[in-house]
Amino acid sequence: MALSLDESAVVRDGSPALPSAAALELRAVEKRYPGQRRPALAALSLLVPAGEVCVLVGPSGSGKTTAMRLINRMIPLSGGDILIGGRSILDSTPTELRRQIGYVIQQVGLFPHHTVRQNIATVPRLLGWERRRIDARVDELLELVGLDHDELGRRYPSQLSGGQQQRVGVARALAADPPLLLMDEPFGAIDPINRTRLQDEFLRLQERVRKTVVFVTHDIDEAIKMGDRIAVLREGGHLAQFATPAELLSSPADQFVADFVGADRALKRLGLVRLADVELDPPDQWPQPDERLPLDTTAREALARMLSAGGAPLGVADEHGSVVGIVTIALIGRLFSRVEDGRPPESRRGPPPEPNR
Amino acid sequence: MNHVLLASAAPIIPKSLLGNPDSYACERANRLFCWGWLSRNWGSVLWPALRQHVVITLIAVGLGFAIASSLAVLAHRYRRVEQPVVVVTTIFYTIPALALFEILVAVPGFGLSLTTAETALVSYTLLIIFRNTLTGLREVPADVREAAAGMGMSRWQVLARVELPLALPAIIAGVRIATVSTIALATIAALIVNEGLGVPILTAISESTFKTELIAAGVLAVALAVAADALLVGLQRLMTPWARAT
Amino acid sequence: MHVFIDAFRFIARNGQIPGQPHLTTLSYYSLETAKIAAYAMAISIAIALPIGLWLGHIHRGSFVAINAGNVWRALPSLAVLAIGVAFLGLGVANVLLALVVLAVPPILTNAYVGIDQVDPTVVDAARGQGLTGWQVLREVELPLAVPLVMAGVRTAALFVISTTTIAALTGYAGSLGEIINDEATYHLSGVLGAAICIAALALAVEVLLAGVQRALTPAPLRSRRGGVIETLPVGWIAAAAAPGRLTHKGQEET
Ligand SMILES: Nc1ncnc2c1ncn2[C@@H]1O[C@H](COP(=O)(O)OP(=O)(O)O)[C@@H](O)[C@H]1O
Ligand SMILES: [Mg+2]
Repeated sequence: MALSLDESAVVRDGSPALPSAAALELRAVEKRYPGQRRPALAALSLLVPAGEVCVLVGPSGSGKTTAMRLINRMIPLSGGDILIGGRSILDSTPTELRRQIGYVIQQVGLFPHHTVRQNIATVPRLLGWERRRIDARVDELLELVGLDHDELGRRYPSQLSGGQQQRVGVARALAADPPLLLMDEPFGAIDPINRTRLQDEFLRLQERVRKTVVFVTHDIDEAIKMGDRIAVLREGGHLAQFATPAELLSSPADQFVADFVGADRALKRLGLVRLADVELDPPDQWPQPDERLPLDTTAREALARMLSAGGAPLGVADEHGSVVGIVTIALIGRLFSRVEDGRPPESRRGPPPEPNR
Repeated sequence: MNHVLLASAAPIIPKSLLGNPDSYACERANRLFCWGWLSRNWGSVLWPALRQHVVITLIAVGLGFAIASSLAVLAHRYRRVEQPVVVVTTIFYTIPALALFEILVAVPGFGLSLTTAETALVSYTLLIIFRNTLTGLREVPADVREAAAGMGMSRWQVLARVELPLALPAIIAGVRIATVSTIALATIAALIVNEGLGVPILTAISESTFKTELIAAGVLAVALAVAADALLVGLQRLMTPWARAT
Repeated sequence: MHVFIDAFRFIARNGQIPGQPHLTTLSYYSLETAKIAAYAMAISIAIALPIGLWLGHIHRGSFVAINAGNVWRALPSLAVLAIGVAFLGLGVANVLLALVVLAVPPILTNAYVGIDQVDPTVVDAARGQGLTGWQVLREVELPLAVPLVMAGVRTAALFVISTTTIAALTGYAGSLGEIINDEATYHLSGVLGAAICIAALALAVEVLLAGVQRALTPAPLRSRRGGVIETLPVGWIAAAAAPGRLTHKGQEET
């Protein structure tokens, strides 16, 4: 499946070949809204390597949406420049540009009068693809976002749940295989349980499509979970820190970032460590525990599970179900103090596996 | 054919009201309603009047729709357009029909013509269709518009592919009101042109004693309005399948 | 264009034509038109408003209340008047009856829709604070429904004035329509003059009622741009025939 996606990134008729992901560079970007004294964004510079997820996080009004809308020219730049794959966004017309950038917004904005399939086909149709190619692409995307069942494609948006609507929103944004994806609080209106599910799904999807993604959120936990790199914005659009999640948690640049990240940042760092990357106690050292955690469980979640299990150690099982180690509160405690010292735990970020269905 | 229709309806109607199609006893007795008159005059009076009424209405609503919806699209794009259009169309809407007809007749180039009648009827449709279309366009959810623009639709593509289709229910609601009220108002156009269901009504008024013609034409006008409304409801259901999805 | 000039001369002479001193004056006809319209409106409001408001308050009878408005629109007023006159004979009372029949539906429908559509959470909050049904109607629903209720009254008023003049065609002599119906006496300039008077009367009533509506509307609900013309008499039409709000959000996934 991933293969065929990569192919479709190369096969193009007419339009110039797009890479499946492109680096994004913001150079001293400035935005002043007419009639406002203070700029909404002042000299923002960012470099997002191709295929990475960059999260813009910050309190409400800090200019996250503004930054995003500047990139696809929904609003004009007041100063600076933005480059996608080395080309200035000012070199193409806004409509041309936008057709090459996926755009997902919080309220989804699906067309109520179009079916799911028609919604997903929007940009390919604007680009004048031929019918069969569009149909094939829509099938592929429905499969990609897990909506390829129950005739969901023929439904209208009003017949979908909120989570399904946002999946369609993501599929629609990916339809023409754009090298860059902009997502403005995409899961902000979804209940916590489904938000987690959508986040996991998106990370798995990103593993396959490897787009350059700009992801806006005001939720630091979501930022840490989703981002390869996080840009923390402060009121007035000032960049407070631009760092990997681990760096952000271990060494916040200033008091603002420290406050924003939260007093429990050490605990949050545990959320970046997976049991697979931790030296577990050998299985024979403890009596066989009843409960088993998968290897990709984060240290933070393991701690929570143990606490709710009365502090008892838990087994850790690999994908075949055989116990490969034991996790204890003491073990997490040692990990925690290392984290507190600011030494980054060796973490290998990756998408969570398919949940058991 | 009409004889057949009426004959089949005959058994359920009391004898006293029916009369014999070939005798004028009913008319002479000045009854409330004479089926005999109806069957004799359907082809020569009522049917042509009905057909003319349909044509008058179609022209008025068609022109009114073309003008008002264009103005609404313009006002949607350029806010400044709204206020003057609303002022002018409200004034038209406010002027009583009889007065507007007479004022137009006096305008050079109009006189007692179909143009005069249609101009008055069109002017009554403008406010409603304009208002509904503009409201429909403005009520398109902001996120849908944002998504459309964000995917690279030009302004006209957003209008044609997203805003107008989504405004359809409101637009058709406006056209329904305009159509039904035009059918009712068009009876007064008979003062100006000798066409439509207003003709038998005015004839009956001037003859003052005979009621069948009046009742028949009045009922036909109402029936036409109801039928047109039902047709438009059907059209709307056909054109907006998504509105029925739950 | 000189016919328009003559028409204004006719208005300036208060409807008198040289050599015919016995003619009824224009101001008399205008006053009579306003009077019968006012009577018809008073009766119609007295009948329709309480019923509509009450039905809206108890959220019952939507079928009747809304369809009254829909059927009403299809009624050709000329035919209604003529049938009324044909069966009941000509007279002020019968013309009045026809006018009331035509004015009740828009007032009723709008009063119903106006109250019925008041945000239920607001009504709920009011009840929750211990307001009685009557207090809820008076303190909450009525103020919030003013724009729609008044739109119905204004629509009816315009319709009544229009129909009062049309009544002349059926033989009723107490309105400005009488001049329009008598071109032989008044010539084209007189007919046009009367038509202009009718138009002016209707516009004046419309502006007046818009002002009343504005005064009755709670300040925060008034349109910011403030023009009288902003508050249109077609509100009830939109209310009765508008589609439901466009929604496309599904319920949350569970
Ligand atoms: N269209 C606009 N006109 C004027 N000011 C705006 C507009 N959009 C946003 N702003 C202002 O710019 C600042 C940043 O807004 P925004 O980018 O929406 O923040 P965020 O998405 O981080 O909440 C805010 O102070 C906001 O009031
Ligand atoms: Mg925002």
